Amino acid sequence: MSDALLTVENLSKSYQGVKAVQGVSLAVAPGELLAMIGPNGAGKSSCFNMLNGQIKPDTGRIRICGKDTTGLSPERISRLGVGRTFQVAETFLSMTVRENVQLAIQSARHGTLSLQSFFGNLGRKSAAEADDILDLIGLLGEAGRSCRELPYGDIKRLELAIALAGDPKLLLMDEPAAGMATRERMLLMRLTSRIAKERQLAVLFTEHDMDIVFEHADRIIVLNRGQVIAEGPPVDVRMNADVQAVYLGSGALYKQEH
Amino acid sequence: MDLYVVQFLTGLANAASLFLVASGLSLIFGVTRIVNFAHGAFYMLGAYIAYSLTVRWQTPLGFWAALLVASAAVAVVGVIIETLLLRRIYNAPELLQLLATFGITLIAEDAVRLIWGPEDLVGPRAAGLSGAVSILGNAMPIYDFVLILLGPLVFGLLWLLLHRSRWGLLVRAATQDRDMVNALGVNQKWLFTGVFALGVFLAAFGGGLQIPRDAVTHFMDLSIITEVFVIVVIGGLGSIGGAFLAAIIVSQLNAFGILILPGISLVLMFAVMAVVLVLRPWGLLGKQVVRSRIAALPDVGAWKPFDRTGRLAVSLAVFLAVLLPFLLGDYGISVASEVMIAIIFAISLQFLMSVGGLDSFGHAANLGLGAYGAALCVQYFGMSMELAMLTGPLIAAAFAVVAGWFCVRLSNIYFAMLTLAYAQILWSIVFQWVDLTGGDNGIVGVWPSEWAASPNAYYWLTTACAVGVVLAIRYLTFSPFGYSLRALRDSPMRSATIGISQRHIQHVAFVISAFFAGLAGVLFAFQKGSIFPDALGISTSVDGLIMVLLGGFNTVSGSVVGAVVYKVSSIWLMSNTDFPRLILGSVIVVLVVLFPQGIVGTSQRLLETWRTRRRLGEANVGAPAQKGGVA
Ligand SMILES: Nc1ncnc2c1ncn2[C@@H]1O[C@H](COP(=O)(O)OP(=O)(O)O)[C@@H](O)[C@H]1O
Ligand SMILES: [Mg+2]
Repeated sequence: MSDALLTVENLSKSYQGVKAVQGVSLAVAPGELLAMIGPNGAGKSSCFNMLNGQIKPDTGRIRICGKDTTGLSPERISRLGVGRTFQVAETFLSMTVRENVQLAIQSARHGTLSLQSFFGNLGRKSAAEADDILDLIGLLGEAGRSCRELPYGDIKRLELAIALAGDPKLLLMDEPAAGMATRERMLLMRLTSRIAKERQLAVLFTEHDMDIVFEHADRIIVLNRGQVIAEGPPVDVRMNADVQAVYLGSGALYKQEH
Repeated sequence: MDLYVVQFLTGLANAASLFLVASGLSLIFGVTRIVNFAHGAFYMLGAYIAYSLTVRWQTPLGFWAALLVASAAVAVVGVIIETLLLRRIYNAPELLQLLATFGITLIAEDAVRLIWGPEDLVGPRAAGLSGAVSILGNAMPIYDFVLILLGPLVFGLLWLLLHRSRWGLLVRAATQDRDMVNALGVNQKWLFTGVFALGVFLAAFGGGLQIPRDAVTHFMDLSIITEVFVIVVIGGLGSIGGAFLAAIIVSQLNAFGILILPGISLVLMFAVMAVVLVLRPWGLLGKQVVRSRIAALPDVGAWKPFDRTGRLAVSLAVFLAVLLPFLLGDYGISVASEVMIAIIFAISLQFLMSVGGLDSFGHAANLGLGAYGAALCVQYFGMSMELAMLTGPLIAAAFAVVAGWFCVRLSNIYFAMLTLAYAQILWSIVFQWVDLTGGDNGIVGVWPSEWAASPNAYYWLTTACAVGVVLAIRYLTFSPFGYSLRALRDSPMRSATIGISQRHIQHVAFVISAFFAGLAGVLFAFQKGSIFPDALGISTSVDGLIMVLLGGFNTVSGSVVGAVVYKVSSIWLMSNTDFPRLILGSVIVVLVVLFPQGIVGTSQRLLETWRTRRRLGEANVGAPAQKGGVA
């Protein structure tokens, strides 16, 4: 796929002999939602961490917007227009909800060590922008509250708001809805999917709830023990014998049929 | 050539005691994750008790029995401290753990002076081992050979204990895997106590071993702890093998450094440590320690700039401060000037600690550099006070550019120890470079310009500076830069993914903080008219930490209150008691255990609870509770 926004070739990573990720290749196009699924310990989070530069891959190439980003730092990669959410939410607890988003905007626009960053405050302009994003996510009502006071579900949504703040082209969402109630999960993914289509974002996400995956993913890639065992549109993946073997017993793949 | 062989052997002999102390520290850290500042105190205590016993039991067997009995006695003290104090703070932020164990050090120092008196004590030679042998024409004490053998012997025994016993298996499991410790359940408590006792025993034994070689003094705790910190950092915290290797490296650096230039060894040690930390941040044989600071942060709301009421209150306080000379006499006003200087020092540290989450244990370095920078400019270039007030801070900032480059590569405990080492190195340079700095005699004749010479005028000058610095730091805290700095403290991972560069931001913060602390140093020098090496000592750094802690380390500028309370009470204490360290140490321990949020932190919390309750009360009357509710 030459028009892909993110291309990954032959990515591998081991931790002290444990092969967490082995030879993973994938591509995501603008406006496309690619779901990465697989049992716990399959290597999904490790993949995400390599894509945004948090850990360095042992082998493989990563290209984002045509630029080779293998081995770059998370800061550099984020400046290329990559937003990310974490499996366990990471937000700035000593700031308000609005400030969380404002800081992400400020950082994406001006960097954080320009001369002007020493003067003034986070700014009225970015406040208005932040409120737009919070409105979109449905958190505007909480904008002035301390992040620490939010229920966990709202914190996960705030993560999405932060990830969207720098007008990213690529969203990496590692279990964006982990810890949320089923209805909230559905809504969050629906929202993500809508925004991705509108803004032509490329989205790579993981999710344990197969209903959600099959409803929203344009394509699915299945990982098991660090390796890709299947890839394709949802219908194909669901029929795949290997995938069924991996998920056998959990019944997860069949749940949506009743 | 011969000389080198002898130096090498002496170095090995020195390594034994260092290794014992360092391995104890490392063991304790590995299992409990506490960096035990009091380790030097246990070493000192071991030496004192062993001294009293060896004087009485002057037989070959008696010497070793004395060492063992003394170490066991100190280990008992250790167990008492562990069960009564440390158990309460295992999950507290590292800063509090370091401070609490430092408090114990202070208490121990005064206790030792109370029991054994202030004089240095020279112990007897080890009975039966007091002779010397000739090595290539140089006399080497037999005792040194015993030490050379003892180091590897203890290392071997420790290895056996850790690798061939069930208890050792538990210790190693706990060191490698934190979840494992929790899975141990009830046993965990006793595992911690046991490890602590063993570590303290080793430290005390190391202290006893030094008796035939060195005088026993009540300074020996701080001098060993710096060296041992350097050793465990080079070797890797939690690694016994690393401690062994690094003890030898450091001892050899000391032994050969002395041949080049007396005093260079500390600088060499620092240089090696800095290189190791940059190349292998977890030490030669250590493993990365992951520990989240956030979990331990007290739970307060979002930080806000002052609102109307706040600004009014601050203006009023400043107004009253300006009027102070009309209320107080000359002595009172000079105390007040000291308080103002302390405020500048404390708030500059608070910026680094509270906003940046960087717990510096060497903030005295910046104050000292500012003070010495200014004093030297006055002495050698006849610089005016006004100009010195600019050059002093700039010198502190310039040094911080270099030191900060190393320091911000580290986090948490490693940052604390590297900054501590930074200050200690500067202290020893200033102390030993007599030609330039006057060494222990300090630099005198640093007087303010005529217009500022009267106590009142000088007080107004310090007040103006203090108000300016506090406002500047508050302004910076709420600038985008300050937000980025705080973001790195709150969540390094999230910060990186929105493009905030940790090293750059923290480096700049380090330099800013040094600049303001340097200003405190300049004002300090001009107030006293002189400057001595103490300004760079550990106790100056700890003063700063206590002021921040007392005010509230999770507040924007609580240290202002902390500085006022601490400075006034410590000046009062100094003139009213013979054992200020005993009191100060106890105060620190009590603060850490009972009052970790400080004065301002606690009041803010109370205020917030009150407001929330009021708001909730109103909300209950009006609309039904919001979805999610207030946690
Ligand atoms: N920092 C690490 N050190 C050692 N092993 C790790 C580390 N991170 C992940 N692993 C291992 O790598 C494998 C993949 O983990 P992960 O990427 O978190 O999987 P997933 O997100 O699919 O659950 C697991 O076996 C896990 O134990
Ligand atoms: Mg995962």
